[in-house]
Amino acid sequence: MYAQEVKSTGSKPKSLSSMSAKEKAFQEKIDRGQRIEPKDWMPEGYRRTLLRQMGQHAHSEIVGQLPEGNWISRAPTLERKTILLAKVQDEAGHGLYLYSAAETLGKSRDEMTKELLSGRAKYSSIFNYPTLNWADMGAVGWLVDGAAIMNQVPLQRTSYGPYARAMVRICKEESFHQRQGFDIMMKMSFGSKKQKAMAQDSLNRFWYPSLMMFGPSDSESVHSAQSMAWKIKINFNDELRQKFVDQTAPQAEYLGLTIPDEKLKWNEKTEQYDYSEPNWEEFFEVISGNGPCNTERLAARNKAWDDGEWFRDGLLANSTKNQNSQIAAE
Amino acid sequence: MSNPRIHLALRMGDNSLILSQQNSKWCGHAPTLEEDIALANVSLDLMGHAQMWLEFAAEVEDEGRNADTLAFFRDTEEFRNSLLVERPNVDFATTLMRQYLFDAWHLEQLLLLSQSSDTLVAEISQKALVEVRYHRERSQSLVIRLGDGTIDSHNRMQEALNALWSYFGSFFEDSKDDEMLFDLQTSPMPSSLYPRVLEQLNQDSVLSTLKIPESEFWQKGAVQGHHTENLGYILAEMQYLQRTYPNSKW
Ligand SMILES: [Fe+2]
Ligand SMILES: [Fe+2]
Ligand SMILES: [Fe+2]
Repeated sequence: MYAQEVKSTGSKPKSLSSMSAKEKAFQEKIDRGQRIEPKDWMPEGYRRTLLRQMGQHAHSEIVGQLPEGNWISRAPTLERKTILLAKVQDEAGHGLYLYSAAETLGKSRDEMTKELLSGRAKYSSIFNYPTLNWADMGAVGWLVDGAAIMNQVPLQRTSYGPYARAMVRICKEESFHQRQGFDIMMKMSFGSKKQKAMAQDSLNRFWYPSLMMFGPSDSESVHSAQSMAWKIKINFNDELRQKFVDQTAPQAEYLGLTIPDEKLKWNEKTEQYDYSEPNWEEFFEVISGNGPCNTERLAARNKAWDDGEWFRDGLLANSTKNQNSQIAAE
Repeated sequence: MSNPRIHLALRMGDNSLILSQQNSKWCGHAPTLEEDIALANVSLDLMGHAQMWLEFAAEVEDEGRNADTLAFFRDTEEFRNSLLVERPNVDFATTLMRQYLFDAWHLEQLLLLSQSSDTLVAEISQKALVEVRYHRERSQSLVIRLGDGTIDSHNRMQEALNALWSYFGSFFEDSKDDEMLFDLQTSPMPSSLYPRVLEQLNQDSVLSTLKIPESEFWQKGAVQGHHTENLGYILAEMQYLQRTYPNSKW
């Protein structure tokens, strides 16, 4: 997902009987479905895992601006341009909500930004793929925002209050994005031959990277077990991936497009689609920096930050001057 | 395109369209997240204004075109935007200064146009005015703070101002169409706005500590469709899909 590989404490969740009184009260609160708020006591592992997850999520929103930003200047109509620009702007807003929510756990946005820029923090593998034709603006909305929603809707019920509330705001906008993406896919799929070919090409390129968004199978992972006990993760990766395939396959059929998977087939017995796993080797390469666009994406974020330094410093210097002159006048 | 109302609508619409197009390239690349979002907002507002003006131009023209065909199927010599808005982004200081100069002109222009005897012109202008008042406040505040920020931010803003100055005059270039529009009380003579806008800039400069250049040697030609070299590249990029795949629905 947007946070595909969140390492938790690395150990199995403790049983209630082996917890300290504080830990026990904390866990029971979560089990009762109550929210944890910034001022509440929390185990250090909970705080750190959440920070990692929210950081990855926030970075994904920000880096996620780039592949679609790539087409704003070339959008084919004024209306499409407006919708796309507003969408990419929304993603910046999502990043902002999430950084603010993460700041309640005691880490500043600047600190998190530095981790992203240095390559220490991760972001979703999907944004390291290029956007090569206009149909990609459809496919990204349809598949990428679609996959994001799968994960983010349950996260509206996550245990950490500020994160859950950020998710509520974000989910509303994401479902807009998905519909707008699908609308582009319809125009392209039902358009001219060349447009339909672009749509098919786009689906071919984005299908497996979209499946990778859910992360590798984690039913055996201690990290996921702990995160689920803490309700900062709600579903297993395979569960959400299956749900995504089941939702998307009929949509592709409606569009008259072929999902690039010969094994994809409705299974009467399981009442879900059988499908092929993505290439996980490729996933691990992309997530560790070797995808087709990793270098460009990080370079673009670094350039924005470095080139903007004088701007941030200038505004800061001015507000300091004004504060000083206010103090002097008092 | 002989009706002078078309001239006015294109002048307004093309300025907003080209500036919006240029600003939108910052989305994902601005110096802060807040700035990224704010600049995208300005671009979105301007795109909305461009659509209104170009739709109006197409209606007056009455040849079956619409805002999209005007935006995507005209060549440079048919564009009526000022030379300032087509200056390259270069860096954030240039982008911000370009916006600031544009907003200063745009606000004065819309204040006058919202009193136009042409009710459609007045209506569009009143709608745009709400947003443009805010644009002016925002770019004014940023220019003042950065002018009076660090030595570095001051110098960058001053350099940007100096580099853009001679293109600023492009807003104030009069034409035959403008004389006709003026006689009909549709719009003011473009040149008549210069003293009012300059007055605004001078007031701001007290706080920004930036020096307004004294030269009034202006780059001209936009009103006849003579642009700078950069407009060709802006249009090539913007119009690429429509030109490559004509007669498609998007
Ligand atoms: Fe988002
Ligand atoms: Fe997203
Ligand atoms: Fe989105």
